[in-house]
Order: sequence, then structure tokens, then C-alpha cells
Amino acid sequence: MNGYNFAYLDEQTKRMIRRGLLKAVAIPGYQVPFGGREMPMPYGWGTGGMQLTASILGEEDVLKVIDQGADDTTNAVSIRAFFERVAGVETTTATADANVIQTRHRIPETPLAAGQILVFQVPIPEPLRFIEPSEEETRMMHALEEYGVMHVKLYEDIARHGHIATTYAYPVKVDGRYVTDPSPIPKFDNPKLHMSEALMLFGAGREKRLYAIPPHTRVESLDFEDHPFEIQEWDAPCALCGARDSFLDEVITDDRGGRMFVCSDTDYCQNRQEEVA
Amino acid sequence: MYVAVKGGEQAIANAHRWLADRRRGERDRPELSVDQIAGQLNLAVDRVMAEASLYDPELAALALKQASGDLVEAVFLLRAYRTTLPRLAETVPVDTDAMRVERRISATYKDIPGGQVLGPTYDYTHRLLDFMQLAEGETPEPARAEQALEACPQILELLDDEGLVEREVDDGAAPYDITRDPPDFPVDRATRLQMLARGDEGYLLALGYSTQRGYGRNHPFAGEIRIGAVEVEIVVEEREAPVCLGEITLSECQMINQFGGSREAAPQFTRGYGLAFGRNERKGMAMALVDRALRAEELGEPVQGPAQQAEFVLAHADSVEASGFVSHLKLPHYVDFQSELELLRRLRRDHVARHESAPSAPAETPAEEPQA
Repeated sequence: MNGYNFAYLDEQTKRMIRRGLLKAVAIPGYQVPFGGREMPMPYGWGTGGMQLTASILGEEDVLKVIDQGADDTTNAVSIRAFFERVAGVETTTATADANVIQTRHRIPETPLAAGQILVFQVPIPEPLRFIEPSEEETRMMHALEEYGVMHVKLYEDIARHGHIATTYAYPVKVDGRYVTDPSPIPKFDNPKLHMSEALMLFGAGREKRLYAIPPHTRVESLDFEDHPFEIQEWDAPCALCGARDSFLDEVITDDRGGRMFVCSDTDYCQNRQEEVA
Repeated sequence: MYVAVKGGEQAIANAHRWLADRRRGERDRPELSVDQIAGQLNLAVDRVMAEASLYDPELAALALKQASGDLVEAVFLLRAYRTTLPRLAETVPVDTDAMRVERRISATYKDIPGGQVLGPTYDYTHRLLDFMQLAEGETPEPARAEQALEACPQILELLDDEGLVEREVDDGAAPYDITRDPPDFPVDRATRLQMLARGDEGYLLALGYSTQRGYGRNHPFAGEIRIGAVEVEIVVEEREAPVCLGEITLSECQMINQFGGSREAAPQFTRGYGLAFGRNERKGMAMALVDRALRAEELGEPVQGPAQQAEFVLAHADSVEASGFVSHLKLPHYVDFQSELELLRRLRRDHVARHESAPSAPAETPAEEPQA
């Protein structure tokens, strides 16, 4: 595009971000501060993920962008159009065909393969933030591995509700060291982080932090022996493709309480429908 | 029957077309020019430049036009442009002592060397709507003095001779650049001032106001407020003296605050400092109040009010960040909401089961902080 560098950011900025990413890969789950830039989209709409994508994207790459698991939600459309415009890269909706996938709030149902990179958009990268609002304090807690408060929080959930009342952005421990926010993915997706074949990168633009979960890294969702971590389940399969192994969105079909459940991952759902047909 | 939502692309394109039409307004009226905005809505232009951290009246006016006058949106447009600009040179510090003042007042002394200069201020206007302006009447030319004002000394320097006000010295350290590196809390005063200088005016005004009402009170005096043009200079190789690139207009505010002294330090006045691009007096004053409030810890004062808590104040001051994160709530959250629904239904089933077995059990309400 005229007047802008390939993938919008200038090469110096991309290099700065890639250096940060190398550090993040070397220290899995550790939040690396980086000199985040303003993007021409609002903070909170994926600027962190976009800066990471811009920094790693090459001309040969094939990009997929999803929001809530779907390729056609407005913000996914907007971000995909942005990279088509400023980088001219090929885009796809097929999970298997993409080597860079930028996502908000989901991990695709189709297992990722070696060589693929999943870029997460992260609103609040600090898993301890809602327990301790001060950055100065939380940084110290990470340094000293002082994660007791997080278990206390989960315990209090159980004491009050009988269940751990965290359903998304469910905290994980990466490689046995850092407690990390997996971004607001449903806890349904947490097991996909463990020993993944793909590289997972996380970018928080407003908070100016990035972090990574490299392939083949242990990722445990925090729990207790007598209250083991469990994921969401649905009574019915997807109404469109019949899948029983995917995250389902509830769709309201009328104003008389009618509803149905369909796959949130539109690419997965479509493939299954075509296979059946 | 539900079908997977498609057509987002067309919807977005249509929304943008409608927006452009709305911005243009009635087609039988003349279109606003960027020149007119820069010339006649100049205080809005100044505010956009200050919060975008880019001094360019023409582009700020363009941003205002493009944003249909939405200041926060205009700040965002200009900020996003700023971030793409190369850093060609660093200027030498601007010298506000040498400012060509158009306004300069002090609330601490009746008469001051160089004089009190009101300049073009709304201060003493009666806020009566001027219906003549509906009729597009002629505006008379301003009265002009024979000669320009001389550069005048800073009032606080006068107090300085007696040691009554704390001295501020340049330690020569290279300032941290918040546009290149993320703030690393706790941050030093130079970094704080950078963050406040691009902070949202309304936010700083409210925080400054809160200190006056007792949340971290420290009575301020407006030692000096000056507005005018300063030269911007850079050092060029092979030239001994710095080279002037041009002038920018700045608003500077020096507040004088009380300080009781400590075992080591004799009592003296302390300072709060505000500086903003353009004619941004309210912003400068609010910034000076907040700057002084943020010095509580350094000066050994109890930290009691929100305006004194550096991480709280600074992390939420930027309107581009704040409006982005608030507006992102408009993005789809189907997946997280679905997760919450599932949990809530489960908790309610448990609740009913508990009640049926023990009707007097206290009611519990599930509560979780929505995150994103």
C-alpha cells in the first residue's frame, strides 16, 4: 500500500517486537514488556495480536483471522482486510491451509500442526490483575513464584459456589513456572495449549506485553486434587454438523425460548457438513 | 432457521459509506474546509494536537473534520498517524523563559516584572450566548500595541533567589521515551510528565479537582501561567549553535504548593508543573495539580487520594487506550458469554437442589468479574 511499509509497521519496530518474541519463547509464559505502537485500529480490538502478526508475517505466508471461532465476525473481517491491504498476503478461512492464524477468544477445533503459528489477542495479560491491581506488585509475585493467592481465589469459588467459577481466561501454569493468562478463550480450549505442535504467541497492545507458549510445552490448568479441572459439556451435538467434540454457541431462534447450539468454529463446522453431504 | 452469519464485509463497507454521508451533512451547504477548522476551531485543534502528541495544526484539523468533531476520535486518528513517522532528530529542550508570550499571568503577585498580560482569554467573558454570531456579524480587528512584549522572567525564579521555592535542576539524564518503550512502574517524574502531557484533559481536570476538594489536598497557587510561541531547535553537525526549525505554541503552568519541610529540609514551597501543546490552559493547570499530587511519596506526604496513586493515575490517563478498551465491549463476546451461561445454569441448578433439601439455606449469588 502506498506510503506504508509491508504489513504497516516499519522494519525497526518489527525487529524490536521479534526480539521480544524470541525472549518470550525462551521464557515460556513470561510477560515481556515491548514498545507497543499505536495501530490504526482501537486498543482492545486486537492491536497486540496485529503487531505480532505484522512482525512475523512474510510475503509467502497464508493468514487466517478468527474472532469467536468464526472467520466472518466483523472484527475478524476487518483485521483480515487490513492485512490484505497493507501486506497483500494470501488469506484463507481453512485452518489447515494457514501458517499464521490470528485469533480472538478461541483455538480452532482442527488440531494445529508443526510450523503453524497461532497469534492471540490479549486484553489483560496479567492473570493476577484482578487479585492485585498494581503492576509493581504482580511483577514481584511472578519473580518470587508467589501464586498462593490464585489458588485461594479458586478455593473461594469452590467454597461459595461448589465449583471453580472461572469459565474463560482460566489461568494456566506454563512449563511448571509462570502462571499465565491464556487470553479469554473458554476453558474448553485450555487442553489444546498443552504440548501443542504449533507455536502460540500472545500480544497485548494496550498493556504493551507479549508472551509465548512454544511447541511441546507443558501447560496445566490450575486446579485441586479433589476438584480437578474440567471443561464445558453440552447435552446436544451441533445442530448443523452433529459434532460432539466442539465448543457450541447458543443461538436464539425465536422469542419463545427456542434455541439451538452450533459450532463456534465455522471452518470446522463447514468442513464436517461437506463431509456428510 | 439460523445460517452462519456472512456478509460482514459488505455491512462494514455500507456502514462506512453512511458515515461519510453523515459527516458531509446537507449537500446544499458548503463543505467545511480544513483551513476553516484550523483557523476558527483552533482550541479544538490544540487539544487534539496535545493529546495526540503531534504538533501539526493542519493534520489535527483534518482529523477533526474526518471525525465529525469527535475529539477523542480525532486524537486517535492523529496518534495513529504519528506512530508511523520516522524519528529524524531530537530537539534541544525548549526554553519557555524565552517564550514570545501572548498571555502571562500570576495569581501570587499583584505586579510582576514584565507585567500581567491577559491575552486572548475567555476568563472574563460573560457566558451569554452572543446571538449576533448567528447573524454572522463582522468581528472588529484587535487593538495592537506599538511593539511586541519582551521576554519576561519566570515568577518562580524570583522566589528562587530566597530559597523559598524548591529548585529544579536538569540532571542531564536522557529522558525515558514513552512512545518507544513501555512505562515501567514506578516511573520517574519526567516519564510521569510525558504521560500526563498526552493524558485526557477531562480526566486530568477531574483528578486535579479532586485534590482541591480534599482527596490528597495540597493548596496550590497559580504561580505563573504563560502561553506563547517558543522556538524549536536541533543541533546540526558542523554548526556550533543549534538551528531553529520553527515555532510552536505552548501553554505552561507552574503551581506553587505548600511543603512543611522535614528533619533534613527547611520548609519551602514545592512545584507542580504542566505543559501542553497549543492554547491548552485548563489542561496545563490540571496537569500541574496532578503532577504535584503524584509527588506525595517523594515528599513524604501520606498517599490518600486517587490523584496521588501513580499507577492508577497514569495507567488510565490515555484517551486512546481508554476509549479503545471501553469500546471493545461492542465486539462479539459470544464464546465467553456462552461459557458464563453454562456456569450460571449449573450454579442455579445446584441452588435449587440445595433449597429443596434445606429450605432455609442462605441464597448465594454467583459473581465473577467479566474480563473481556
